[in-house]
Amino acid sequence: MYDFNYHRPGSVDEAVGLINEDAKILAGGQSLLPTMKLRLAQPSDVIDLGAIPGLSDISVDGSSVTIGATATHASVAASGAVAGAIPALADLASGIGDTQVRNVGTMGGSVANADPAADYPAAVVGLGATVHTNSRSIAADDFFTGIFETALEENEILTKVSFPVPEAAAYVKFANPASRYAIVGVFVAKTADGVRVAVTGAGGSVFRASAMEAALNANFSASALDGIAVASDDLNSDLHASAEYRAHLVAVMAKRAVQAAGG
Amino acid sequence: MSSETGIGASVRRKEDKRFLTGKGRYLDDINRPGQAYGVFLRSPHAFAKIKSIDIAEASKAPGVVAIYTGSDLADDGVGGLICGWGITSKDGEPHKAPAHPAIAVDTVRHVGDQVAFVIADSVAQAKDAAELIEVDYDELTPVVSGADALASGAAQVHDDVPGNLCYDWELGDEAAVDAAFSSAAHVTKLDIYNNRLVPNAMEPRAAIGDFDAGTDEIILYTTSQNPHVARLVLSAFVGIAPEHKLRVIAPDVGGGFGSKIFIYAEETVCAWAARKINRAVKWTAERSESFLTDAHGRDHHTTAELAMDANGKFLGLRVNTIANMGAYLSTFATSVPSYLYATLLAGQYTTPAIYANVKAVFTNTAPVDAYRGAGRPEATYVIERIVERAARDLGMSPVELRKRNFIAPDAYPYETPVIMTYDSGNYPLNMDTALKLIDYDGYAARKADSESRGKKRGIGFSSFIEACGIAPSAAVGSLGAGVGLWESAQVRFNPTGSVTVFTGSHSHGQGHETTFAQLITEHLGVPIENVEISHGDTGKVPFGMGTYGSRSLAVGGSAIMRAVDKIVEKGKKVAAHLMEASVEDIEHAHGVFKVAGTDKQVTMAEVAFAAYVPHNYPPDLEPGMDETAFYDPTNFTFPAGTHIAEVEIDPDTGVVEVLDWAASDDFGNVINPMIVEGQIHGGVAQGIGQALLENAVYDTETGQLLSGSYMDYTMPRADDFPSLKIETTNTPCPGNPLGVKGCGEAGAIAAPAALMNAITDALGVEIDMPATREKVWHAAQSVQQAAE
Ligand SMILES: Cc1cc2nc3c(=O)[nH]c(=O)nc-3n(C[C@H](O)[C@H](O)[C@H](O)COP(=O)(O)OP(=O)(O)OC[C@H]3O[C@@H](n4cnc5c(N)ncnc54)[C@H](O)[C@@H]3O)c2cc1C
Repeated sequence: MYDFNYHRPGSVDEAVGLINEDAKILAGGQSLLPTMKLRLAQPSDVIDLGAIPGLSDISVDGSSVTIGATATHASVAASGAVAGAIPALADLASGIGDTQVRNVGTMGGSVANADPAADYPAAVVGLGATVHTNSRSIAADDFFTGIFETALEENEILTKVSFPVPEAAAYVKFANPASRYAIVGVFVAKTADGVRVAVTGAGGSVFRASAMEAALNANFSASALDGIAVASDDLNSDLHASAEYRAHLVAVMAKRAVQAAGG
Repeated sequence: MSSETGIGASVRRKEDKRFLTGKGRYLDDINRPGQAYGVFLRSPHAFAKIKSIDIAEASKAPGVVAIYTGSDLADDGVGGLICGWGITSKDGEPHKAPAHPAIAVDTVRHVGDQVAFVIADSVAQAKDAAELIEVDYDELTPVVSGADALASGAAQVHDDVPGNLCYDWELGDEAAVDAAFSSAAHVTKLDIYNNRLVPNAMEPRAAIGDFDAGTDEIILYTTSQNPHVARLVLSAFVGIAPEHKLRVIAPDVGGGFGSKIFIYAEETVCAWAARKINRAVKWTAERSESFLTDAHGRDHHTTAELAMDANGKFLGLRVNTIANMGAYLSTFATSVPSYLYATLLAGQYTTPAIYANVKAVFTNTAPVDAYRGAGRPEATYVIERIVERAARDLGMSPVELRKRNFIAPDAYPYETPVIMTYDSGNYPLNMDTALKLIDYDGYAARKADSESRGKKRGIGFSSFIEACGIAPSAAVGSLGAGVGLWESAQVRFNPTGSVTVFTGSHSHGQGHETTFAQLITEHLGVPIENVEISHGDTGKVPFGMGTYGSRSLAVGGSAIMRAVDKIVEKGKKVAAHLMEASVEDIEHAHGVFKVAGTDKQVTMAEVAFAAYVPHNYPPDLEPGMDETAFYDPTNFTFPAGTHIAEVEIDPDTGVVEVLDWAASDDFGNVINPMIVEGQIHGGVAQGIGQALLENAVYDTETGQLLSGSYMDYTMPRADDFPSLKIETTNTPCPGNPLGVKGCGEAGAIAAPAALMNAITDALGVEIDMPATREKVWHAAQSVQQAAE
């Protein structure tokens, strides 16, 4: 790790004011700190969001679940309110990494980091959530723009995400046996605006499987997905899974998610 | 006597309180006054010429104490690292032993090869400085696969090793095997790969070199399984210091699995540098360094052929193996794919003719050496995969085929065609015991149930054998070993009756502090809490050979028994004097000396006290109660058993679930059943890890280690295992005073074949380790497509 200046602002505005070109925001540090330890990241300033009051709040009303940026995966997984409104979301959080990771890793950190194999992006896109920052609101479909890339500007801090409560939803993950990130994760939700199928792990960024959505809109059952394949052309290929295998897994996990969501 | 703490009792491990409460003293817990910190600059390339190294800027960086490169070591007369086992190729030539400098001089040969050693006041400063070193490399095309290394046109890893061939070695009677094949009714052939593993001890390697200018002594603290061997090699071959001016301390060591047997570059450099800077210097590996530079395990490509008669009797076995040695020869690398491997190819069977040819090759990868089992897992894997395959080819039950070929329980001593003499065993009993544990009779119903749920179920066997308790010095000497493999022990009574046992073996997780104490409690009647086991310091312990090859109890424990015998012998003389009887009339059992036929007795504690306070003492006897013994075994020991794995496969995803595991092992007598069970758990876990999950993968073009962190290298975890069903059978080993055989490696030896046999049974096609989900899925698809 290289030397850096450590800041612990007391408000989002103060945090935004501290941002500069070489600064990094620190939430749970589960993604940032390893890269700093390996000397792959060299921030001049580290701005820790941990002391900002209210930023980790979780609230649930009739139509949505709102999760504050610094809410840990463990707190989301353990929230009875979340489990009551969107069980798939609590379930997703409970399957991230291991106990230690879940105890410090945060929703905001995961969404802002946009790791192609992360779980949360599948829920954000799968539920058609809204990402709130200190300056604006961004629709899920516009938020994830590429590998580790999002619509966030340099001086923007993600403050919370609101997830609309669906009629039914499920997330099924095929975990990387080593890291336990998603090799393929499929989030299926039956929402007021139709069925959404979001796929993480398989491509450079989370994406929606539109052919599957169309089929499920016509018939919300696993068998509706028979014969519907995602093309393997743009999918990831690595030590753990070829693009062909990932494409196959997307179909299998999608069916299992539909079944889990009652279809 | 005290059956609760003596032989056969599951005594809770004495050392665990220390370990579990954070009071263990591992290497990085130790700090020496004024200590500096060292960091290695390592090669980012798999193969490159070093055109120049510029340390000028780095030397000026804050906190830098010194920076050394390979030429500094050479200029100071420091020798290269050695390989201590000579193998003779079939043409009579000795194995090729290319130079292995502790810091590369003009060529780097694997990613992670040492390029410079930077010493500074802090680790961060040393790292900062290392980044300022400018190395100009001329990159070369590497070769990483053992099979590719022999191809014409492959990269030449060492200029003085043509064709990358370290040795081309053979064992057995080739003509007899050819004859067996020509008369065979059936031949089964199998090509298999034994995947490369990273050892992954929980504690990374570390070293502190310290120098006492007053006594001119170098003290090396290091994560070693055998500190005396480290001292011997570093003084006699590398030339760090004369043996009596070099003290090596291996404190609590957090796991080794073989990887800490070897004498590595980093500890060598730390010991040398301490004198140069007249200051202690500590180096602790980061996990990424462990991946790149700990000696890896396995990595064999093998073609095996088994000849049988019409009844399935084995007639001959032919094995051709290419063993990847990595870029340099690690300390005992040459012995692993030769004498620790091919000598076990008879397995548990009466195969009359066996021939093995092993080509050991250099590649641009981390050195490969002994890893839990060392050669014997590779042998068991070959035999047990091909036997299972043969049963399938013949349409015969794999249980029946094995039983037809097992060496009979009354056939010992049994001489195999590959120079081993098995001393004892009962292979059919282990098979039957394991069959009961797994409920083999109920298997068909369980398989039908799986199929009704769209799953594939499989069962697989592995009847393994290993040669442990290594080893008779004369035998290994005749086979090329540079050392003897005896062990030492010293049993020292204190005047108040408590005991310190010094052992030349070394505990890095095995629980010696408990097992060895049980021997003293049992035989000398000393309460277990009054027995201290001391190991790991050449300044305290008599010269010893260390721990590996499941030898500590069979060899080190036997040495303790020899020392106990001497204590008893001396104690009898003291007791005879105290009780005014003649020595011939003194009987000893469990620490009580009695005059035969009377009720007169004295205890060991009274005898020890008299020996140290000899006011009333035999005039012709030395005071003191402190005996040293050395034990050189007469043969290897031969633990053996049968493991059975049962799996269920989801053909849609390739996920393999290990549902059940039965292990019936013959370890001879058992001192502490709980510790033995723990060793089986650990060994099986590593074996399942190898078969299902673990794989050290190098990029064939760049030579980069692709699975170089836990994000990509899959360590097995608790949820990957079923609860293991374990029983031991106990045919006492006739070769040592304890009747023990060794249990440390058995699980890792037995498990891979059992699991792969179960998986291939379920799939109906052969696949190689590790049985990754994608590989299993492809295999399931191919079978389904063929059926359609
Ligand atoms: C061993 C291990 C296993 C894991 N397994 C999984 C898994 O199975 N599934 C999974 O999804 N993830 C997994 N993770 C990642 C984990 O979920 C992390 O919590 C997450 O990726 C990052 O969250 P964090 O709070 O730690 O963020 P940090 O590491 O602190 O930050 C990550 C990045 O986001 C930025 N950032 C953080 N918060 C904000 C914000 N509010 N606004 C703007 N930018 C911000 C930071 O500047 C940084 O660039 C794993 C991590 C580890 C170490």
